Amino acid sequence: MTSQLALQQVSVHYGNFAAVRDVSLDLERGQIGCLLGPSGCGKTSLLRAIAGFEPVSSGQIALHGEVLSTSNSQVAPELRRVGMVFQDFALFPHLNIERNIGFGLSGLPREQRKQRVKQLLELVDLPGYAKAWPHELSGGQQQRVALARALAPEPEILLLDEPFSSLDSELREQLAGEVRDLLKRNNVTAILVTHDQHEAFAMADHITLLQDGQVAQADTPYNLYHRPNNEFVAEFIGQGSIVTARVDQAGRLDNQLGELDKDHHHWHAGDQLRLLLRPDDITHAPNSKKRLRVTGKAFRGAHYLYQLELADGQRVPCLTPSHVDVAIGEELPVHFDLRQIVIFDR
Amino acid sequence: MSWWRGGLVTTALLIAVPVLVICASLTLPFSDTWRHLADTVLQDYILNSLLLMLGVGAGTLVLGVSAAWLTAMCEFPGRRFFSWALLLPMAMPAYIIAYTYTGLLDFTGPLQSSLRDTFEWGYGDYYFPEIRSLGGAICMLSLVLYPYVYLLVRVAFSEQSTALLEASRNLGRGPWQTLFQVALPMARPAIVAGVSLALMETLADYGTVDYFGVSVFTTGIFRTWYGLGELQTAAQLASFLLLFVFALIVLERASRQRLRFHHNSERKSPQRMLLHGWRGIFCFGLATTILLLGFLLPATQLLLWAVKTWQQNIDLAFLVLVANSFLLAAIAALCCLLVALFLGYGKRLHPGKIEASAVRISAMGYAVPGTVIAVGVLLPFAWLDNHIDAFMRQQFDISTGLLLSGSLVALVFAYVVRYLSVSLQAVEAGLARIRPSIDESARSLGSSPRRVLSRIHLPMLRGSLLTALLLVFVDVLKELPATLILRPFNFNTLAVRTYELASDERLADAAAPALAIVLIGLLPVMLMTRNMAGAQRIND
Repeated sequence: MTSQLALQQVSVHYGNFAAVRDVSLDLERGQIGCLLGPSGCGKTSLLRAIAGFEPVSSGQIALHGEVLSTSNSQVAPELRRVGMVFQDFALFPHLNIERNIGFGLSGLPREQRKQRVKQLLELVDLPGYAKAWPHELSGGQQQRVALARALAPEPEILLLDEPFSSLDSELREQLAGEVRDLLKRNNVTAILVTHDQHEAFAMADHITLLQDGQVAQADTPYNLYHRPNNEFVAEFIGQGSIVTARVDQAGRLDNQLGELDKDHHHWHAGDQLRLLLRPDDITHAPNSKKRLRVTGKAFRGAHYLYQLELADGQRVPCLTPSHVDVAIGEELPVHFDLRQIVIFDR
Repeated sequence: MSWWRGGLVTTALLIAVPVLVICASLTLPFSDTWRHLADTVLQDYILNSLLLMLGVGAGTLVLGVSAAWLTAMCEFPGRRFFSWALLLPMAMPAYIIAYTYTGLLDFTGPLQSSLRDTFEWGYGDYYFPEIRSLGGAICMLSLVLYPYVYLLVRVAFSEQSTALLEASRNLGRGPWQTLFQVALPMARPAIVAGVSLALMETLADYGTVDYFGVSVFTTGIFRTWYGLGELQTAAQLASFLLLFVFALIVLERASRQRLRFHHNSERKSPQRMLLHGWRGIFCFGLATTILLLGFLLPATQLLLWAVKTWQQNIDLAFLVLVANSFLLAAIAALCCLLVALFLGYGKRLHPGKIEASAVRISAMGYAVPGTVIAVGVLLPFAWLDNHIDAFMRQQFDISTGLLLSGSLVALVFAYVVRYLSVSLQAVEAGLARIRPSIDESARSLGSSPRRVLSRIHLPMLRGSLLTALLLVFVDVLKELPATLILRPFNFNTLAVRTYELASDERLADAAAPALAIVLIGLLPVMLMTRNMAGAQRIND
């Protein structure tokens, strides 16, 4: 079985600058992928290469078995059967909603086109807006029109370029969930580009995290959080601190962190280790003898996020229920849970 | 508070007097002359005006939009040069380009002469299109008025978000389909606004149509006033012309409203289409042709004539002519600026519906033809003169005669009515850049409004104020019909002298004053070029 979208060693250059380097990616039909990364990591360039707006300098892009881009041939954007939702939605201001959505359906006879537009408006829950103008709609409504317009010609794949970035932050995650449901119900293959990991988690089955144009890790959301490949991934996804510790013959870590499971494959006596500590790896334990000094705290409603200081001055985060209220400078009794600890090679 | 409001409303009313007088003339009884005109030439005026508008509308549309498309969306050799050079025809008043092309294309002109010599033709042996015709007037006006369309549409094209054009490609449209189905329709408000501005200038034109013998409203008004001496009938004719103008104003206003919705938040300027080979050459050729016909060719001809005749023409009288023109233009520019400052500042200090509409009414003059304004100024001033004269005779037995209507006061007042909007636009644009919080902080630090104006606004506004002065100065210098009607006896300006010499078929002699006007007309083009370059830098 061939995959719906296949990128092989794709690179995109602007002059001498490599925006994307040797990125490979496979997406099954109906899967939702995500290109995640900080700004300037090349995620948008890659998306635009898939849409046919940027040429690839090496590698190839294939959709549903058909090769779209290689370093010496490009299928024109209008012939690719790739749908795209633009960051600013790019609704045509001179066309009403009906004609915006119908824009990609010029091949269909009039009646059928009307029918399809009606069906799409219902799909995105905007029936009755056919005659409205883009500037009359709210941001969320415009976003749904943009989605309907991109889906109208039944593309082989849907590309979403930061589709929620111009919306209120409260709306974002809710809409991301709704869009995911809609795409899943209709078995649409899609790729989302975003810098927001929560959006990525809410939408995607599979996330490709990019760093400086290269794949840092391609994995499920769970693995990206709990099994990061390297420190960049660990720092980009979720919260946490990376601390240095030395392990002794007995498996004990210096700086009060506690004992490492001797089965852990990183355990070698006398090694200097780099450990990733998530806020939920350190818990409040009223009876514990281990006490760490509080250097900072932030109220999060249900939780307090404490910043604690180890004996050697390194700092670690700790999440407690918000009833645990300790002043800065005082000590917090804690328990370390090192069973799931992530250790990086030096 | 009420002082400002009173001042603004009074100013607006004063500025509106000429237009109101013209409108009111419709309520006066129609004379026999009117009936005669209505029976004979009125249909011609209406038909010719409509044909002229249709032709110039189409001409400026094609020239302006293609020039904008080439320089904003394509990349071809010379694009940067053309993006400002294509504004040059703005420096060429329509009547001057008309005289020049007549000299070039007439029976005795260089083109026909050389054709006859080459093929040994005689008079009547061949067909050659008559330049002095309605078609010729359409060509002349289109060649110098297309920059209105070019300027607005170019901005519209370069502000269109890339994403919209890409969305169209993404939805299955090729590059040409994207041009006609997305880029052009989205630029439609800008196109309509530009064409309506060009058409307002077309309706206002007197020099070209008069020289080419095309009977339209402006020539009709002149004929009625000078030929028949019927000022009231001339005013009634002018009110018909105003109907056309109002239609254009409504059209332009509506399109500008729609421009707001078309403005896109995404300011990425579109990638230009790279055109190589014969396509690049075609673009280069097209841009060169427009520039050649609209500016280079006529300017060269003027220069040749001026070089040939300068010894007879550059004399003391010519210097007086230049001095007269400059003095008049400077006075008018200064008056416009002062009134504009008063209006702009009043509106800013007291934002309100009445104040805003007073300012808007004061700015209506840009659409009203100079001929109409002149007649509208002449009527009330003559009335005033008669009353002063009668009063002075009765009281002191002195006859004051035509105290105001034959003086520069009437002329300058007409200029203010016509060009106030130009300086007002510059002043308001400048004021808009000064954030209200700057006003407020100065006021809270104890400055009176007057002090805020002199210590904060004037220094910050200096650039805009100079722009306002320059633009009005040049416009007044080029102005022909109102000056012809209202100038004091024996008072000549460059524009009037050009007109007189050309009317006497002394085209070569007319070149010296004409060239002076074109050269000064280059100043605002240079200013616009600089602003355009500045805007480009910000966009890049």
